Amino acid sequence: MTAVFEQIFQVGFLAAIIRIATPLAFATLGEMFSERAGVLNLGIEGIILLSAMTGFTAASLSGSLWLGVLVAVLTGMLMGAVHALFTVALGLSQHVCGIGVTLFSSGLAYFLYRLIFGQQSVPPSIKGFKPVAIPLLSDIPILGPAVFSQFTLVYLAIIAVPLAAFVLYRTPWGLSVRMVGENPRAADSAGVSVIATRFQAVILGGALMGLAGAFLTMAQFNAFTFGVVSGRGWVAIALVVFGRWDPWRSAGAALLFAFVDALQLRMQASGLGHIPYEAFLMLPFIFTIVAMAFMSRNAVAPSALLKPFRREER
Amino acid sequence: MSAPLIEMRGITKSFGAVKANEAVDLSVAPGEILGLLGENGAGKTTLMNVLFGAYAPDAGDILVEGKPVAIRNSADALAAGIGMVHQHFHLAPRLTVLENLLIGIPGKSGRIDRAGGLARLAEIGRQHGLSLDPNLPVSALSVGEQQRLEIMKALFRGAKLLILDEPTAVLAPSEVDGLFAALRSMAGQGLGIIFISHKLNEVRALTHRCVVLRHGKVAGRVDDPANTTSAAMAELMCGHEIVPPTKAASAPGASVLTLDRISTAGHAGTPLRDVSLFVRSGEILGIAGVSGNGQRALADVISGMLPPRAGTMTITGKTVTQFAPRELQALGLGRIPEDRMTTGLVTNLPLADSMVLPRIGTKAFSRKGLLNPAAIRAFAEEQIKAYDIRCPGPMVRAGALSGGNLQKALLARELAFDPKVLIVSQPTRGLDIGAARFIHEKFLAMRAKGCGIIVIGEDLEELLMLSDRIAVMYEGRIAGTLSGAEATVAKLGLMMTGAGHTEKAA
Ligand SMILES: Nc1ncnc2c1ncn2[C@@H]1O[C@H](COP(=O)(O)OP(=O)(O)O)[C@@H](O)[C@H]1O
Ligand SMILES: [Mg+2]
Repeated sequence: MTAVFEQIFQVGFLAAIIRIATPLAFATLGEMFSERAGVLNLGIEGIILLSAMTGFTAASLSGSLWLGVLVAVLTGMLMGAVHALFTVALGLSQHVCGIGVTLFSSGLAYFLYRLIFGQQSVPPSIKGFKPVAIPLLSDIPILGPAVFSQFTLVYLAIIAVPLAAFVLYRTPWGLSVRMVGENPRAADSAGVSVIATRFQAVILGGALMGLAGAFLTMAQFNAFTFGVVSGRGWVAIALVVFGRWDPWRSAGAALLFAFVDALQLRMQASGLGHIPYEAFLMLPFIFTIVAMAFMSRNAVAPSALLKPFRREER
Repeated sequence: MSAPLIEMRGITKSFGAVKANEAVDLSVAPGEILGLLGENGAGKTTLMNVLFGAYAPDAGDILVEGKPVAIRNSADALAAGIGMVHQHFHLAPRLTVLENLLIGIPGKSGRIDRAGGLARLAEIGRQHGLSLDPNLPVSALSVGEQQRLEIMKALFRGAKLLILDEPTAVLAPSEVDGLFAALRSMAGQGLGIIFISHKLNEVRALTHRCVVLRHGKVAGRVDDPANTTSAAMAELMCGHEIVPPTKAASAPGASVLTLDRISTAGHAGTPLRDVSLFVRSGEILGIAGVSGNGQRALADVISGMLPPRAGTMTITGKTVTQFAPRELQALGLGRIPEDRMTTGLVTNLPLADSMVLPRIGTKAFSRKGLLNPAAIRAFAEEQIKAYDIRCPGPMVRAGALSGGNLQKALLARELAFDPKVLIVSQPTRGLDIGAARFIHEKFLAMRAKGCGIIVIGEDLEELLMLSDRIAVMYEGRIAGTLSGAEATVAKLGLMMTGAGHTEKAA
C-alpha cells in the first residue's frame, strides 16, 4: 500500500491534477457566466468539441498554435451566439436548444474533420504547446515543477479565476450579469438591456469553452479524436452547481474533480490491476454525484435561470 | 402653476383586442402629487408603463418640461428624469441594497463605483430622510423597506417625476403614514409624483389633483380631492353609484369554531402562542394585526394545513385538532387563502378545475374514480354566471384572470357548498371598490344565513365595517378582543403595536 501512496503523491501527480483541471476550469467558468446571466448552456459539450476540432485544424494547417487557440475561441463565441440567438432573442427552451447545439456542433465537428483529414488509420497529430517554466517560481520545491512548469494555457486558466471573480463582482457589467440572472425586470427597469447582457455573457462563456477545447487538442492530446471531450462539458455543468455559481468555488470544484480523476488514473496504473480499469474510470463521476447530492442542497441557482425575458409579458 | 413637468397626450395602447389605454391625456407639475384612480383593469399600470418606457404606445406623445421626447425603454425614461416604483418590486433579493441601487450606473475606471454610490446614498438620506443599510441583502428587508429601496433607486438616478403603482397595497397602516410623509416632503422639494391607488381615503389625504380612468379612457378629473366625497370619486371610477352594504343587527347563535390554547411550532413565520378564540354562527370575527404576527399560522391551523403542537380545536362541538384539510372541508369549513395565485388556484390549469379542486373526489364531480368533466364544467359555468366572473369561459387558464375575478371564483367555490365556518385572509387586497363591495355583500349574506366567518385583514376600515367582534393579533398571541361597537381605528391601531393590551379573552 505504501508503494501505491508513494507513487501517487509525487510531483507528477500534482502536475497531473493541474493539467486535468485546466480544461474543466475554463469550461466551468464559461458555463458559470452563462448561467449567472440566466442562460443554461447545454451546448457546452458540443461547443468544446467543435472548438477543439477547429482549433486543431487551424493549428495543423497554419502551423501556428496561437492561431489555433484564436480560432477555437472564435468558434466558441460563435456557437455561444447561436445558443443565445435561440434562447435569449427568441426565448425558446434552453434545454432543447442546448441539446440541439451540442448535437449540431458534434455532428459538424465530425463532418468537417472527415472532410479535411479523411479517414486515416493513425489520427494526424501536431506538435502541441511546450511547458514554459516561470523563472524563480518554478524553483520552489514540489509546487514549482507541478504548477509553474506548465503550458501557457494553464497559467491563463489560473489567471482566469480571479479575473472572472473581479469581472463578476466588481464591474458594472458583472453586476448587470448577476441582475439579469436574478431579476431581469429589475435590470430592464434600471435601464440595462437584458437581451444584450445575456448575449454578452453567453458569448463570453462560449469563448471560455473554446479555450477548454483548445487545451484538449493543442496541449493535452495534440490530436483530435471523436472522444476528446468525453463528457467534460457535462461535468462542468455539475461543477457549476457544486461551485454554487461562484468563480472561486467553481475552480475549486474543478480542482477537486481533477484530483479524483488523477487519483483513479494512478490507481489504474498501480498494482491494483486485478480490478477492471472501468471501475476506476467511474470514480470521478461517482464522486461528482455524491458531492452534488450533499452540496447542491443549499446551492441556490440564479432565480431567473431558464426563464426567457419578454418585456411586454406578465 | 409652473409649466408641466410631464405631459402625456393622446396615449393609446392595446394588447391584442384589449384597449388598455385610449387617448389618455395627463400632466404633472413640479411639486404636484397627482392621483391616478381607476378600477382593476382600468389601465393605470399600462399607462405608467408607457410613460416609463416598458411598453411602447400605439399612439400619443410624451413631453418632458414642454419638449417632446421619445421614450423607447426604461433607460430613456430614467434619462428623462422619470422613475417608477412598480407594484411588484423590481429588485434582486440575493443582491445587496447597494448593488440594487448601482445596477445600470456606469462605473469608475471599469469598476463598480461603491464610494460614489455610498456618498449619493448619504445625500438622499439627508435630503429626503430615507436610509437603509447598504450591505444588507434585499431578502433581509421588510416589504416596506423594499419599497423604500425602490424609491431610493429612483431618486438615486435623479428622478424628477416619481411614479408609484399602488404603493400602499403592500403596506401596513402604520407604514402608510411614513410613506405619505416621505412623499409630501419630496413634493415639497419640487418632485412631481404620480400616486396610483384605489383606496379613496388615501387619495383624498395625499393628492393635489386626480385623474380617473375607466376602461382605458379618462372618465373624469378631480381638482380638489380633499374636498370631494369618496362617493363622488367612486362613482367616477365605476360609472355608477356605490351604496354601502346594509348590515343586519347581529344575532349570533352557538359557537361553530373554537380554538382553545392553540400553540404551533415549525412554521414559516410567527408561530401561535396560546391562542384561544371562537366564532359563533351568524357572526363575523375580524382578526386585525400587522401582517407577520401569526395570521398565517392561524389560517393554516384552522384550515388543517398546520397541525398545532398544543391546544384543541372544535367545529360545532366536534374535536378536529388533528384533522386533514379534506376532513375539515367535509365538516363544513370553507377557506379563502391569502395568496390567490399560489395557495388558492392552480394557475396553469383551466379555471373549472381549480373551482372544484377541494371537492374533486366527491360524488358531485367524479364517478367510480374518474372525473366527470361535464359536471365540473357545468358547475363552473353556473358559478361564473352567478358571480359575474369576467372570463372567456370555464376552460380558460386560471392565471389569466384578474385579481378581482380570481377572488370571485374562489368565493364561488367555497360558498357553493354552504360552509358552516369560513376563514378568509385579506379578502379584498388589491381589489377595487366595486369588486370589494361585491365580496362584502356575499360575506354579509352568509352571515345572515348562519355561517360563522373569520376575516383576517390589515384594512381596519373593512374589518370595522364587517365584524361583530375584532380580535387583535400581536406576536402570535391574541392581544385583545373588542366588540364591533367599541372598536375604533385608533384603539385597534394601538393594540396592533403591542401597546394598550386588553386582558379580555376572545
Ligand atoms: N402585458 C399585458 N398583456 C396583455 N394584457 C394586458 C397586459 N397588461 C395589461 N393588460 C390588460 O390591459 C388592461 C389594463 O390593465 P392594467 O393596466 O394592469 O390595469 P390597472 O393597473 O388599472 O389595474 C386589462 O384588461 C389587462 O388585462
Ligand atoms: Mg395595476
